[in-house]
Amino acid sequence: MSILTPGNGFADAAMIAAIVIFATVGDVLIAAAMRGIGDLDEIKAKSGLSGAILAVLSNGRFLSGVFFMGLSFFSLLFALSHADLSLVAPASASLTFVTNAVAAKIFLKENVDRRRWIAALFVCAGVALLAR
Amino acid sequence: MTFRRYLVLGVVAVTAPLGDTLLSVGMKRIGPVSLDHLATLIYAVSTPQILLGIALLICFFASYLASLSWADLTFVLPATSIGNVFVALLARFWLHEQISPGRWLGILLITAGVGFVTQGPSYTEMPKKCPVPGAEASQS
Repeated sequence: MSILTPGNGFADAAMIAAIVIFATVGDVLIAAAMRGIGDLDEIKAKSGLSGAILAVLSNGRFLSGVFFMGLSFFSLLFALSHADLSLVAPASASLTFVTNAVAAKIFLKENVDRRRWIAALFVCAGVALLAR
Repeated sequence: MTFRRYLVLGVVAVTAPLGDTLLSVGMKRIGPVSLDHLATLIYAVSTPQILLGIALLICFFASYLASLSWADLTFVLPATSIGNVFVALLARFWLHEQISPGRWLGILLITAGVGFVTQGPSYTEMPKKCPVPGAEASQS
């Protein structure tokens, strides 16, 4: 029996964890890149649209972030071919809100106050309920 | 937060779920794609639903990047999750789909979460440069 048989709790958890981890790393890298680049509206006003696009596309963190988002997408496709959509989609979408809040606090030093924790947990539960 | 910035967040919120839904509708019309017929995927990209879905997802990504250049990740992600509620309500009132009590609870929780996060600050100001230790003391 394959370890990736549908209903295998450990395999499902590992696949969901891979999607969530890659998505979180991608989101944090992209957010860090955009914070480093600065307000895109101001860059657009100074250097035009092409200048703003160039500033984003030439940023190493942004490109790494897109790479990890791609890994997350392919992990999702892989998981969907082995596990149930009704488990993988809501679980990965909702857990990412919480892991992003933790990662943003640690790596981006964002001010994740009580209000933002509550919002992340509410949205996490809401998305899980809505996507079932 | 200006009205224009709320508008950008609105575009992020609406384009992501609508783009995903259009891709899903388009791919369901085409049916399962086997590894032996990958050319079907190229045909899929030329169908109106998939084309519109891709266009919406490009709009989403551009607005998402713009919003992250002036707001925190922990503000943008919960605030734009209201898009899931729009899509669920569209499905209920436009497509006349049934929404279970569990889903109504989900809509309520997301709306409350968005309400919480948008009441607070959108951006964590970072110190521009670390002061050199002792510099202030030597100036005074």
